[in-house]
Formats: sequence, C-alpha cells, structure tokens
Amino acid sequence: MPNDTLTSDGGALAAQASPPSQPRGVATSRSLFDREILLEATVASLKKLDPRVQFRNPVMFVVLVGTVVTFLESIAHPGLFDWSITVWLLLTVIFANFAEAMAEGRGKAQADALRRMRSETEARQLLDDGSERRVLAGALQKGDLVVCEAGDLIPSDGEITDGIASIDESAITGESAPVIRESGGDRSAVTGGTKVLSDRIVVRITAERGHTFLDRMIQLVEGANRKKTPNEIALTILLAALTIIFLPVVVVLQPFGHYSGATVSVVVLVALLVCLIPTTIGALLSAIGIAGMDRLVQRNVLAMSGRAVEAAGDTQTLLLDKTGTITLGNRMASEFLPVAGHDEEQLAEAAQLASLADETPEGRSIVVLAKNRFNFRERDLGSEHAFVPFSALTRMSGLDVDGRKLRKGAAEAVKLWVAAEGGRTPGDLDSIVERVSRAGSTPLVVADGATVLGVIELKDVVKQGIRERFNEMRALGIRTVMITGDNPLTAAAIASEAGVDDFLAEATPEAKLALIRQEQEDGKLVAMTGDGTNDAPALAQADVGVAMNSGTTAAKEAGNMVDLDSNPTKLLDIVEIGKQLLITRGALTTFSIANDVAKYFAIIPALFAATYHQLGAVDVMRLHSPTSAVLSAVIFNALVIIALIPLALRGVKFRPMSATQLLRRNVWIYGIGGLVVPFVFIKLIDLFLTAVRWY
Amino acid sequence: MLLNLRRSVVISVVFFLLLGLAYPALMVGVGQLFFKSEANGQITKYGSPLIGQHWSGPKWFQGRPDADNPMATGAQNYGPKSKLLLDFSHTRVVALEKEGITPTNDLVTGSGSGVDPDIAPADAYAQARAVARANHLSVGQVDALIKSHVTDAYWGFLGAPYIDVLQLNEALATLTGTR
Amino acid sequence: MSLTWTLVLLVAALAIAWRFLGSYMAAVFEGRVQFLGFLERPIYRLAGLDRTREQTWQRYGTSLVVYSGVAILVVYGMIRLQGSLPLDPQHFGAVSPALSWNTAVSFVTNTNWQNYSGESTMSYLSQMGALAVQQFVSASVGIAVAIALVRGFSRNGSPTIGNFWVDIVRCTFYVLVPIAIAFSIVFIAQGAVQTFAGAAQVHDVMNGARQSIPRGPIASMEVIKQLGTNGGGALNANGAAPQENPTGLTNFLSFFLLLVIPFALTYTFGKMVGSIRQGIALVAAMVLLFGVWFGFTSWAESRGNPAVAAAGVRYQPGGNMEGKEVRFGVAQSVLYDVASTQTSTGSVDGSNDSYTPIGGMGLLTGMMLGEVTPGGAGSGLYTILLFALIAVFLGGLMVGRTPEYLGKKIQAREVKLAALGALVMPLVVLVTTGVAVSLPAGRAGPLNKGPHGFTEILYALTSQTNNNGSAFAGLSGNTAFYNVIGGVDMLLGRFAIIVPVLALAGVLAAKQPVPSSAGTFKTDTPLFSGLVVGVIIIIGALTFFPALALGPIVEQLVHGKFF
Repeated sequence: MPNDTLTSDGGALAAQASPPSQPRGVATSRSLFDREILLEATVASLKKLDPRVQFRNPVMFVVLVGTVVTFLESIAHPGLFDWSITVWLLLTVIFANFAEAMAEGRGKAQADALRRMRSETEARQLLDDGSERRVLAGALQKGDLVVCEAGDLIPSDGEITDGIASIDESAITGESAPVIRESGGDRSAVTGGTKVLSDRIVVRITAERGHTFLDRMIQLVEGANRKKTPNEIALTILLAALTIIFLPVVVVLQPFGHYSGATVSVVVLVALLVCLIPTTIGALLSAIGIAGMDRLVQRNVLAMSGRAVEAAGDTQTLLLDKTGTITLGNRMASEFLPVAGHDEEQLAEAAQLASLADETPEGRSIVVLAKNRFNFRERDLGSEHAFVPFSALTRMSGLDVDGRKLRKGAAEAVKLWVAAEGGRTPGDLDSIVERVSRAGSTPLVVADGATVLGVIELKDVVKQGIRERFNEMRALGIRTVMITGDNPLTAAAIASEAGVDDFLAEATPEAKLALIRQEQEDGKLVAMTGDGTNDAPALAQADVGVAMNSGTTAAKEAGNMVDLDSNPTKLLDIVEIGKQLLITRGALTTFSIANDVAKYFAIIPALFAATYHQLGAVDVMRLHSPTSAVLSAVIFNALVIIALIPLALRGVKFRPMSATQLLRRNVWIYGIGGLVVPFVFIKLIDLFLTAVRWY
Repeated sequence: MLLNLRRSVVISVVFFLLLGLAYPALMVGVGQLFFKSEANGQITKYGSPLIGQHWSGPKWFQGRPDADNPMATGAQNYGPKSKLLLDFSHTRVVALEKEGITPTNDLVTGSGSGVDPDIAPADAYAQARAVARANHLSVGQVDALIKSHVTDAYWGFLGAPYIDVLQLNEALATLTGTR
Repeated sequence: MSLTWTLVLLVAALAIAWRFLGSYMAAVFEGRVQFLGFLERPIYRLAGLDRTREQTWQRYGTSLVVYSGVAILVVYGMIRLQGSLPLDPQHFGAVSPALSWNTAVSFVTNTNWQNYSGESTMSYLSQMGALAVQQFVSASVGIAVAIALVRGFSRNGSPTIGNFWVDIVRCTFYVLVPIAIAFSIVFIAQGAVQTFAGAAQVHDVMNGARQSIPRGPIASMEVIKQLGTNGGGALNANGAAPQENPTGLTNFLSFFLLLVIPFALTYTFGKMVGSIRQGIALVAAMVLLFGVWFGFTSWAESRGNPAVAAAGVRYQPGGNMEGKEVRFGVAQSVLYDVASTQTSTGSVDGSNDSYTPIGGMGLLTGMMLGEVTPGGAGSGLYTILLFALIAVFLGGLMVGRTPEYLGKKIQAREVKLAALGALVMPLVVLVTTGVAVSLPAGRAGPLNKGPHGFTEILYALTSQTNNNGSAFAGLSGNTAFYNVIGGVDMLLGRFAIIVPVLALAGVLAAKQPVPSSAGTFKTDTPLFSGLVVGVIIIIGALTFFPALALGPIVEQLVHGKFF
C-alpha cells in the first residue's frame, strides 16, 4: 500500500508503466497456423476418433454414430453419393477434433517450453547444523532450507528467509530486467526455475513436490485437468437438448415417409440429422474454452480455473490499487511552494540538498526539478556532511552539512521536528499543505533547522489512457473503485482525474475486505489485484483475485489468477478476455442454429423427391439435383467448422460497448449472417460439384 | 400426501357445488327470468331459427347442403383436396343447375355446424328466379322479400350479413298463403 | 372492411383488459383483493388450510399433481356413472371406459379434446358438474403455475413459491367466476341456450321436417370454455353450433374471451416483477407471431377451396366457405380459429379439416409454436418464459456475461429445466405420431387419404399434446388406440412441462438477484422480443418442418390431384 510517503517499493513496480497485454515470456506468441502445431493437430485429430473420446461430446458422438451408419449403408449399397456422404461426415468429426487439437497444441507447445526449464538441478540444502549438502531439486520437501548464490537456479518455490538478491525471472515472466527479492515483507517469494544473479539467499521451500508453480503452470497450459466451466456446462446441456430433439425429428421421418408411400434413404436421413444438430458449435466448443485460457497465458496471466475466467467476464466491480494501476508507481516533484516570505530558489536549493542521498524515484525527481528550474548543479559537498536516511520512525530524511540541518518529510513529522528545534510553524503552511493534498498530490515539507522553507508538491501522475479504459469499463457496466492509502482529499482528486467511479481512501486490508463483502451482498461479482500478504484475505474473498507474481506466496495462493508481469492494469484485459470467451460461445451457437434454416431448404425437397417431386418448389436455391443438394449441405456443414477455427481460437472481436449495442451487433453478424451465409455457400458448393461433373 | 388427498376431496366437493351446480343454475335462473325465449332455443312450431332444416326445392329457399341433424352436429370434414369433397360439390352444382339456380359458394359448401340456419343474401338472390317460378310469384316480389329479411352484421361489422332460411321461408309461406 | 373494424375493436378491447385485468390479477395473487373472504375462509377451514402458509415448489407440485389425479378420478367416475345420476333427460347412460379416460384427462389438463359428440353422449350433470367444473379449475391450475413461476422471478432468496390451494381458489372465485357470470348473461341474451329442459322436438309442418334440437345449460359452459382456454363445447359442432355461438357478437366475444387472460397475464407478470416493460416485451413477441399467423392463414383461406373450385364454383367471394358458418363469414371464422389454436383453447367455429392445405397448416403450426402466442391461460405465460430463458441464455452469452433474466442468473440448472420443458412437446408429438402412423390401429384413423390423412393424425396428436383440443376432425378418434395414446399425450403435454416449470420457479425464487448495469442484457427491448420469436420459431416450427413437408406443404403443392 502506498500510504507511506517516501519509501520506494522498488523492484517490479517500476516496470508497470509498460503497456499492457504485450504477449511475451512463456507465452511466446505463435502464429495461428504454426506449421508444427498444424502437423501435430492433424495427427491428434485422427487419434481422437476413439469413441471413448467422442462420447464426451454428445453432438459429435451422434455424428460419429451417423458416420458408421452411412458407412455400413455404403458397403451394402455402394454408390458415389453414399460414399461421398460417408467421407464428408467422417471429415466433419475429424475437423471437430482438429479444432480441439489445434487449441490444445498451442498449449502443449508452451508446456514443453516450461518443462525444459524444470530440468533436474542440484540444490544446496541447508541442514539444521548449518552444514550444506547437495540434493536433487526433486527430492526437496516443503519446509527445507536451500542456499542459492549468484548463477544458481532456484530449485523450487519458496520464500527468502535470509538475504537479498537480484533475480532473473525472465524464464517465467519474459521480463528481462532483474528484480530484487529480499527476506521479510512482501517481496520475499521466489519461483522455482528462476535464476539468482547476485548475492546469496536462503530460501525456505514452500511447495510440495510436483505442486510447484511451474508444475501447475504446465498443467494449466496443457489443459491437463481442464474442467468444464459453469457456463460451458449450461451450453452443453442446451446443445444436448437440441441434439435430442432433432434425433426424433429425423428418426420419425422413416415411418412418416412410409405412411406417405415415400421411401426415405437412410443416408439422406443421417445427412439431415447431422446438418440439423448444432455441429458447428459442438465441434468448436472445447476449442473456444481452451483458446480462452490460452489467450490469458499469452498475456502472461495464469488462471487457476476456467471458472475464474468466466467470473472475470461477469465482474461488476473492479477494485484497483491506485499505485501502479491508475497512477504511475512514482510520484514526481512538480512544484516548490515557499512559505513565510522565503523565495522559491531558497527552497529549491534546500530541497535538492536534502534529497541528494535519496535514491528513491521521488527523491531523484526533486533533484531533477531543482536542476531544471534553477540550474543547480550537483555540488561537491564539503567534507563535513552526514546523510540522514529515511526511517519509519522519523518519517523524514535529509542532510547535515556546514552546520545546516536540512530535512524534508511528511508535514506533521517536520512540524514536530521544527518545534523540537525551537522554531515555529509559519501560518500559511497548513493551508498550502491542504491545498496540495486536495489537488491529489503529496506535500513534503522542507525545513532548514528551525525554519520551515516551504513545501514540495509531489504529484501523482495518472497513467495515460487510463481514463479511456475506465470509460470503456463503464460502457460495459463495470464499476471501478480505486483503492488507496491516501487521505480522502488526495484520493478524491486522483479519482476524479482518473475517472474512476468511486474510491476507498485510507484503505486498510480490513476495509478492503469489507468493501468486497458489501459489493457481493448486493449480488455483484468483484475483481481485484493484490500482492501483499495482507491482501490475501481480500484476494480470497474476491470472485476474481489476481495476484501479482512479484507478490507473496500467500497472496498467490489466495488469488485465482497470477499475473506474471505483475501489472495490475492487466485486470482490465482479463475482464475483456472473460467476456470475449462467452461472446464467442454465444455467437457461434447462434450462428450454428441459424444455419439450420438453409439446410432444411436444401435437404427436405431431396428427402421425398422420389415420391413428391412437387416439394422441389421448397428448394429456393434451385440446386442441381436432390443428391447434390444433400451433399452440398453436408460439405458446407463440415467446411464451416474449419472456416471458423480461427475465429474460435482468436475469439470474436471484442469492442467495449453497452450490452444492447453488443447484442444488436452480434445478432446481426451471427444471427442474420448465420441465416444467409449457408444459402450462398451451399449454392456455391452445388455449382462447384456440378462444374467438376461430380454428378 | 394424506393431507393433500383430503384437501383435493374437499376442494372437489366445493367446486362441484359452487361451479358445477350453483353457477349454471344461477345462469338458468337469469335466462328463464329475463330471456325466456332465447334461453330455451327460440323454439316455435316450425322449428328454431338457430337450426337449419332440409328444404326440398325449388318451392322453398334452400339452405346450405347440410345433414341438418341437430342431434349430430358438425361439419362433414372433407379435406380441401379430397375426392369426396370434389364429388359432393360437383353433385350439388349439378343439382342446383338443374333447378335453374346458379351455384353459389354457400349453396355448394357444407357448413361448420352441419345445421347452419343461414345463407348469405347473394345465395338467396341466386334462388329468386327459381323460387318465384315455382311459387308463381314475380321475381320482384321475391327480391323484396329477400331484402326485408337480410340481417346485417352485428354493429355492421361483427360477422357477416345473413338471412335466416326458416324465417325467410315462413314469410314466403305467408306470402303464398300456404301457412 | 368489417375485418378491419373487428380487429380494431378486438385490439382496443384486449388492450384495455390487458391493463386492468392484468393489474387486477396481480392484486389477486398478491393477496390484495379480499372481497370474497366470506367465501374463502370456510373453504380453507374445511380443507384444513392456513392461507398464510406457503409451499416449497416440491409441495406446490405435489398438491397440484394429487389434486389433478383426484380430479381425473372424479370426472371419470361421474361420466361412467352418469346413467345413475340425475339430470340426464336424454338417458345417455354410462360413457365407455376408454372414452371416459380420454375425456377425464382431457378436461383436467385444460385440453378439452372430445372424442364424443356432446349432444348424444353427455348428461347435463356431466356437462355442468364434471366437465365445466374442470374448465374453471384447469384454467386456475395453469394460471397458478404461471404465477408461481413469476414469483420465482419476483422473489429473492425465498424458499416458497405460494400456496397451490389458495392460488386456485382465489383465481377461480376472484378472476374466472365474475367474468363468466357477466358474459354468460350476454351470451344468453344473444340466443345461446341455457335451460335444464331436454331436447326440443319440433315438427315443421311446412316442409315436413322433424327435428330433435338439443339444449341444456350451454351458455354457462360456453363462456368458461373460452375464458379458461378450454375449448370443449356442449355440442359436437362446438363454436359453430348456433346454440353455443348464435351471432356475430357472440363470435367476437368468444375470441375476445379466449385471448383475454393469456394476454393480460403478461401485464400481471410485468407488474409482479416490477417492470411493465418486461411484460410488454413478451406480449410484443406474442402479438407479432399471432399477427403473422393470422395474416397468413387468412390469406390462404381467402383464396378459396380448391375442390369446390374444381367442382365448378370458381367465384368464392370471401374465400373458402366449406366448413364455415354464413353468419360469421370467412375472415372472422379464421380469426376465431387462429385465436383458438394459438391459445390452447381448441374450440372451433368451423371445420379446421376443410381449411385449405396451408390454411390448415396455419392452424396446425399455431399449436406447434408451443402454445405461447399467447397460449393457454397460464400455460402460455409459463411456456413463453421457458423460451425467453433460452433466448436470454443465447443472447446473454453474446454480450459476454453469465446470462441473467430479471436479475436471476441463468446457469446449468435453469437451462436444463427450461430446455426440458420446452422440448417435451415436439418430442411427444413426433414420437407418438411416428407410433400412430406405424400401427394399423393408428393408420385406420384418418377419414381422408393422402397427405391430408397424415395431417389429420399429426394434427390430432399435436392438438392433444399441446393441450389445445381443437380437432382437425376427420379422424375417428374414439377408438381404444387414439383414446389411450391421446390421453398419454395430454398428460405428458401438461405435467411434463408443469413439473420442470415449478422446479424452475423454486430454483429461481431461492436465488439472490444480480443488480443490473449497462453490461446487463436488456430484456425489455424489441431486440429481445425478436430473439424470443426466433427461439419459438426454431424450437417450434423447425422441428416440425419435415413432418409438415409430408402433410400440408405437399398437399398444397400437388396441383390438380385429389386424394
């Protein structure tokens, strides 16, 4: 929590300004049709013909059974038409398998890359008596202590119990800049597979064997124990219901036809059934789910379950930490505000001197501002000087030089100090401090001995483009709440500048948890990010809890997603990916069902053509012949699966807009489009079949 | 379960008494008190204007070609492409033409009730010449009779204009003095 | 012209009733109307009921099923024993067991399929005390189920969905009885028969005709038959019989009455869930489909009867008069029949069998839509809500959120129940039609040959499964085979939908609502009405398309051939 004025959070937060959602790291971006994946998927799609695999997907299982039926018919009464139908029905199943295999293949490729990292390393286990022994990383138990020095791979997940080190986490996050990890506090977690670049640390292993972060990640991207999400289950039920109802629709045509004196070909009946049941969405459903998780991985977010991704799409309230999400991590000195008749230059000079030893970004920004304003060079300090470092107790830092005692710090702290030095607070100080706070900035008071010189305004810089992102969220019906440790005045100012809907100032972990509970009681789903151990309860309570990878193990355990980039702005992307996942499912289901109309018009006339040629009037597409009509419909039905694989893997294009606009757009494209497209393509396929003299 | 059974029986008895006996009895009471003729089917010594009869032409105006058996109401239920309907209509067309009547829609088709008491004004006018000849009346007299018996649609638009064949024939009989 | 004015009057009358009857029904089911307390209290006391104690969906459903079972037994017993009971002036005697079974199931399930001629089968006591009683109660049961489902949406975190007994008693006495009494008087004044006297024997001395004219307590049954979307008339000719439906005005009131509750319930729904616009979205879908179907059927009928034309009457002013009554004319007969088939009423004022092929298809497909446009009393609302749930699910996915309807999340369990309820009808119709055309006993049924014969079987089983009860006629239904299979269809079509609907009501009532936001899929828009229409068409019409191709479509397309 950025409620302390001058500490530097250091490390990972500094990288937060980088633009979100650039795929990198484990999630090496791959072209949609990577040759290797294509090849593997082709093989896998044949392997998946196993009925035991097919049985899990009721829609495609029906197609497979239908294929067997037409195959037997083709053997009994060989003919070009029957065989053509059989082949295309089989292709329909294979195409469905292919879609799933493609989605899985992309995950497998990533898993392989991760596995290579998990190569068996040796670890230096620290024994109770202080001696070390060499063990295989795989043999480490939870609670063991290991020593890692520069150049070592950290053998497993753990927490630093002693020491500080810079660590290269690029293997997991793709971020090449090393990060600092140290014992105690919120930056103590290390991940197995990352590399120590400098110093020596002692790490207590916190993961059971085989349950390290890396192991879980591999399982996740492979989709090894992928469970159907609630929404996917609901949709599967609907698709099964549609399949169940179309089954008797087709089966009873045999007795109906018999009554009417029409002989109905079994092959045509099977073709009709396959065309009517929702094969398009049935074939692509699991691919959509896998690809959705994959898209998250692409953005370096690991979701512990698909359920969490879906919940992200349902989120109605986003709790966002101010620092790093809404504002750049660091406050910048923007103004010198002298008090009690001192001039600005005097203040700037003192401020610069007081900050010389302050290596925090805030401190450096004061030095830079003074340099820019008054061209102060960094001076060679006289021999007689002593830096006064920041301490949580004094809440000040400064410099003693040439008998001057320069101090800068929180207003209350400096006032106390001045009083102790025998000075008094100038009358206009409080009003300036309040004005600065009200503007959303942080006031630092500068004093030279017993004299207060003025105030440095440290401005919180709101990230560029963040306001637009919040507007998008609002259009989607999502309420954004800024969480900050700042006082209410400062918080209100930044909240209005950033355009969030609400804020929680002077936030404590308890207040945060209470806010989440309250939102949930209203029936809202809440998403938040967090990194510290004290965030863990809130992360666990939130419906979507995104833990920063740089955070503590406790936080990562409590959340249901981990952001490897530790970029809290990612939460917005996660919400969009969740929505996109549902939209893709809904759109393709609608498309699939709307397709039925055209297929009916192609197949019904053909069904009873022998008895009632008059039914040809129903064939509005004027297809070449009854058999070419049926075959064209079946071919369309199979090819549309292949054609839609890229859409299923990439997801329907998501634009932030209100539900009503989104619906209208998608109904037009996938509903009306789904009605029209098959008419066009079935006709084209029929023309093609005729042109190549298939008939 | 037992409670449900008890309640089912109690409710059934209450509903039987109130809905099955009291309600229709109340309505019979109101009907017999205020609308005696209507409630009893407007029966006269010639029949009921509600129920069509078989009139053998051409002395009488003919109604629709129904069975006119009120104890077995209902349409003949021939399908629109049924040979039976084709034959039935054809027979009817021939019969009408033999009597010098131009076959009109209503005079050829069976009704919905099988006892339709009415014909459209056009159906009556189509018979005017034949009826006039058979009864030794002038076509003008018959036309005037028809005109005076046209009942307009309710409020001018609910339903269609019609002529009750029984009442028309009663008037015809009065005119010819056979009643 | 007269059709235009009729439609204007109908729409105006329905609009007014929609608003006022709709809000009155909401008040009745929310317990805000009390004026018949003196009648209610003793009933509850006798039945051992505490009217404030509500039931879980399981108890609600058990009460409903047990009551319906008892009701079937009561009707069955009464018509089996009618010979020994009073008010049988024509001495018809007992009704056969198979027919009694079919008839009892038929009236308890709000179907009113009649494999008998009323005028030659049923005593007055059977008509009034067995059949017409169920015309009240089966409507009340349907409405109660609809209200239970609406409560599922309007309540949050509630374990109960109302009290079945209180719901049916209140619906019957506060809603149905007052309207029935008022309209019975109008019907009697118009000439509908209402007497305890037996058939009138007349001998017309002018043309020598002897007739026995059936009478009875007809008007009182006629009104509740329409109002409760039942459809079972006292006489075989049903709404075409002059004793039931004597004038153009009663004809108009008939289709007004049968449409009024199903339409008005959408207002009740909107009112109870706190947004009339939600009700408007549903009624818009209903009106759109109804309008299209009426327009189509009306157009088909206006083109005249092909057989009559072939026999020499090419000029058919108004259209196909075969099987229609002169006093109603073609257009208003069609309006009656379309309204009757799309409300699960199933009364007819003409012969549906003699409609032109695609005109008949208009009536048949009106039922195949699932009886939701506007459907039966209560059943129309609860069935269209199932379709709405499926539409919400598809549409909701397309806006990227777990779909929700009226604040309730639609998840696996809701989809399962909605799909179950929505798919029962096509499944049962298709399978039993398949059985019927395969067995000699089934094939013996139809009167007509060729595609029309097939349509007659399909129509009969569609009508019974949809609890419509209109007959395409032309099917000898009073056989052991059709009595039994029809009874099974009616039971499945009623209870295999009601049970999932009640389960849905229970599941939804227990849920906590999700607050709506800009990301919520709006269900009170024309777009949503359009989606609901799409789902209805796909589940209703598309599943039957192949069967229709073999029936009315081919019959229409075959030129110059008679079967």
